[in-house]
Amino acid sequence: MNKKQSIILQRTYIVLIFCFMYLPIAVMIAFSFNESKSRSNFTGFTLDWYKSLFHNEMILSALGLSLVLALVSSVLATVLGTLATIGINSMSRRTQLVVNNISYVPVVNPEIITGVSLMLLFVMAQNFGLGGDSGLFGWPTLLIAHITFNVPYVIFNVGPKLRQLDPSLYNAALDLGCTPRQAFFKVILPQLSPAILSAFLICLTYSIDDFMISYFNSGTMQTLPIAIYSMTRKKVSPEINALSAVMFCVILAIILISNAADSRAYRRNQTAIRKAMQEEGAR
Amino acid sequence: MLKSKTSRWLAGPYLVWMAAFIVVPLFIVIWYALTNADGQFTLENLTQIGRYSSVFARSLILAAVSTVICLILAFPVGYFLSRLRANKQHIMLMLVMLPMWMNFLLRTYAWMTLLEKNGLINKFLGLFGIGPFNMINTSGAVVLGMVYNYLPFMILPIYTAMTKIDDSIIEAAQDLGCNVWQILWRVLVPLTGPGIATGITQVFVPSVSTFIISRMLGGGSNLLIGDLIELQFLGNSYNLNLGSAMSLVLMVIVLLCMSFTSSFDESEMEGVM
Amino acid sequence: MDENIIVSLKDIVVDFDGQKVLDGLSLDIHDKEFVTFLGPSGCGKTTTLRVIAGFVTPKSGNVFFDGKDIADYPPYKRPVNTVFQKYALFPHLNVFENVAFGLRLKKLPEEEIRPKVLEMLEIVGLKGFERRSIHQLSGGQQQRVAIARSLVNQPRVLLLDEPLGALDLKLRKEMQLELKRLQREMNITFVYVTHDQEEALTMSDTVVVMSGGNIQQIGSPQDIYNEPRNAFVARFIGDSNIVDGFMIKDFLVNFGGHDFTCVDRGFKPNEPVQVVIRPEDVQIVPPSVGMLTGLVREVIFKGVHFEMHVDVEGYEWLIHSTQASQPGELIGMNIGPDEIHIMARTEV
Repeated sequence: MNKKQSIILQRTYIVLIFCFMYLPIAVMIAFSFNESKSRSNFTGFTLDWYKSLFHNEMILSALGLSLVLALVSSVLATVLGTLATIGINSMSRRTQLVVNNISYVPVVNPEIITGVSLMLLFVMAQNFGLGGDSGLFGWPTLLIAHITFNVPYVIFNVGPKLRQLDPSLYNAALDLGCTPRQAFFKVILPQLSPAILSAFLICLTYSIDDFMISYFNSGTMQTLPIAIYSMTRKKVSPEINALSAVMFCVILAIILISNAADSRAYRRNQTAIRKAMQEEGAR
Repeated sequence: MLKSKTSRWLAGPYLVWMAAFIVVPLFIVIWYALTNADGQFTLENLTQIGRYSSVFARSLILAAVSTVICLILAFPVGYFLSRLRANKQHIMLMLVMLPMWMNFLLRTYAWMTLLEKNGLINKFLGLFGIGPFNMINTSGAVVLGMVYNYLPFMILPIYTAMTKIDDSIIEAAQDLGCNVWQILWRVLVPLTGPGIATGITQVFVPSVSTFIISRMLGGGSNLLIGDLIELQFLGNSYNLNLGSAMSLVLMVIVLLCMSFTSSFDESEMEGVM
Repeated sequence: MDENIIVSLKDIVVDFDGQKVLDGLSLDIHDKEFVTFLGPSGCGKTTTLRVIAGFVTPKSGNVFFDGKDIADYPPYKRPVNTVFQKYALFPHLNVFENVAFGLRLKKLPEEEIRPKVLEMLEIVGLKGFERRSIHQLSGGQQQRVAIARSLVNQPRVLLLDEPLGALDLKLRKEMQLELKRLQREMNITFVYVTHDQEEALTMSDTVVVMSGGNIQQIGSPQDIYNEPRNAFVARFIGDSNIVDGFMIKDFLVNFGGHDFTCVDRGFKPNEPVQVVIRPEDVQIVPPSVGMLTGLVREVIFKGVHFEMHVDVEGYEWLIHSTQASQPGELIGMNIGPDEIHIMARTEV
C-alpha cells in the first residue's frame, strides 16, 4: 500500500466515524422542522415545535430548576473544594493519599451506585424523622447530591495546579513584605483562579447534565434531564427534537466562542514572545 | 511555606462532608444489603441474586462486547488524529467531544427514532427493497447505544497516549524492519497501554451499570443490572435491601474490572518511563 | 564588634529530616561588599542564603543584622530582598506591577511609586517595558525585572540565588558585569550564590567556599585561587595537580623524588604534606634539564593552549602549555618556588 492510498484510507475512516457520531444528531435537528409527527417522513417545514417547546411549562420549569441548582451547587462545591485543596496540600503524604482516594470514589463509582447510596442515606434520615411530614426529598437532597459529586472535580482540577506552583512565588511575596495572608490573596489565589474557574465550569456542566444521581434523589422535582426522560417515555414528541437542536446550538456557540478567545490570546502572546526574542538578539 | 498547620483546617468542612455523603452512604448500602426489612442480619438478599444470574451475565457480556468494539473503532481514530497538524488536531478533538456535551438521553433518543420499525433506517433500506428489519428492542440495539454513547471516552485517552509517541519512534521501528502489524503490536499498543486501560474502564463501567440505554433501546426483554437496581429502588418491586445487595455486587464487579486495568496500567507505565 | 559588619551568622545548625545541612556555620558579611557563596550542589550555600532571608529557620544559632538578632523575624520583616533562582515573577502582574509590588505593600502614595519604579526599570535597562506581561519577556529580561523588583525596595542586602543559572553563556557573561555595575551603583551589599567558580572569581570581593555544610575557606578571589587552604578548595577552584610529598625543612619540600625550594614554612621536619601546582605553572624543558621527567600520554588542543596529560612516576599531571608535545614523548618539567603551594595533608 503506498502512502497516498493509506492517507485516503485514513480520511475515509475518520469521516465514517464522524458520520456515525453526528448522523443521529443531524437527523434529530432536521426532523425538528418537520410538520408532521412522523419520525421518518419529512412532510413539510415548520417552526411549530419550537413554539410549543417555549410554551411547555414542564420543560421551562425543569430548565429553571436545573440552572439554579447547577449555579448554587457549583458555587458551593467550588468554595468547599478550593478550601479543601489548600488544606489537603498541607497534610502529610499519607493523609493526602487517603483523602484523595476517598474523593475518587464518586468519580469512578458507577453513577447509579452514588445515586442509590445517597438515596439510602436520605431514606434513613427520613426514618429518623428528618424533613418532617413532607419528607426530605426535593431541593435539599438534590443540592447535597450535586455538591457531593462536584467537589471531587474541583479538588482534582485545582490540586495539580497548586502543586505545580513555584514555591518561591510565595517566598518572593513574603520577601517583598507580604504577610502570609496577603501572600495568599495577592499571589497564590490569582495564580489558582484559572483552575478554579475551569473547575466551576466543569461543575456547572456536570450538574446540568446529570440524570442518574438526580433521578434517585429528586423526589417529585424535575430537573431538565429528568423531564427529558419522562418525555422519551411518552411515545411521539417532536418537541424533544427541537430541544436537542437548541441545546446543540447553544453548546456549539459556547465552544466556538471560548475557542476563538483562547486562540486569539495564544496568538497575541506568541507574537509578543517573538518580539522579545528579537529585541534581545539586537542588544 | 504554604504548608502551615493552620491551613490544614481549611479542609475541615470538606472532610466532614466527605465522611457524611461519601463514606457513610457506602456503609449504609452494605448494611441494607446484609439485613432484611425488619433490620435483622441476613444473607438472603445476596443469595436471592442467584435468581438473576442471567441478567448479570447479560450485562457483563453486552458491556464487554461494547468495550471491545469501542476499542477497535477508537484505536485507529486516536492514531490518525495524533498524526495531524496541531491546529487540525484541535478542531478534530472538538468534534470528538461535541456530542459528549449533548445530554445522553437525547443522544439515545435519537437512535430510538432511527432504529424503529418504521424509522429512518428501515425506510432507507426499503428504497432498495431490503427489510424492514427488527432492530429496536434487541441486544444489538443496546450494544449500539453503548458504543455510540461511550466511544469518545475511549478515543480521548488513546489519543492522549498517542500524542506522546514521536514520529521518529515509528520511523525507527520501520527502520529496524517492522511491518505495519508489527508496528501496531510491538510499538503502538504497548506505548498506549495506559490510555487503553483508562478507555476500557471509562467505557465498561458506565456500560455495565446503565439502565437508560437498555430501557430505551432494549425494550422489556433486555434487562440489565442497572434496570434491576432501579426497579428495587424506584420501581414496582420496591425492595431496598435486595437493591442494596445488587448494588454491592455491581460495585465488586466494577472494582475487579478496575484493579485489572490499573495493574495493566502500571506495568505498562514502567515501559513508557 | 566590627562596625562594618552588616550580617553575622553564629553557629548556625540546620537539619532537614535529621540530615545536617548546615553544621555550626559562622560567618561575618561586611557592608557594601560583593560576597559569593561558592560550592558544589548540596554544600549548604543556598540554605545559608535562605537562613539570611528568613525562609529557613535554623535549629540553633543566631542571625545578626546590624548587631540585632533577627533569627525570629519572618521574611517580610527583614531588611533584605532576594532574587530567586527562577526569578519567581508574579505571572498575573505586568512588569510595572511586579516592580511596584513591594512599594504598594508599604502603602506608598501612587505619585511616589511611579517615578521610583520607572527609575529602577531604567537602571536595569528595561525602559519602556512597563506594560509588558511577564510571559512576553525573554529569560534575560525576566532576570532584570526580578532584580529591579528587589532593588526598588532599597534593601541593605540583596540576596541572589544562582540568578544566572538559566541563561545561556553569552548572556550570563553580560549579566555578570551588569550585576557588578549595579552593586557599585546602588552601593549596597550583594550576597551571591553560585556553583560556577569562574563566576565567583570574576564578580566577588570575597568568596566563601563551602562544602558539606561548612565553610572551607574565606578570602579574596586571588587568595582562594593562589593559596587554597585544603585539597577540596584546590580541586574545586580551577584545575590543579595535587601530589603527596613531605617537608624537609622550612622552604624545602620533596615530591616526585626531587627536592624543590618553595616559599612555605612552619611545618615540622619530614611532615607529610600535599603540594598544589596549577597546570599553567609547569614549564616544559628538555628532559635532561628538567627537575622532573614525565611521559606525555595525551595532548588535547583547547584553543588558547594545549592540555597535556603527563605520567610522572604513577601520578597523572595536568599541564597547560602553548607548545604541543607529542604523545609518547619524554619531557622535562620545571616548577618555580612561587608556583609551589604547600598544604597540610588532609583526608578528602
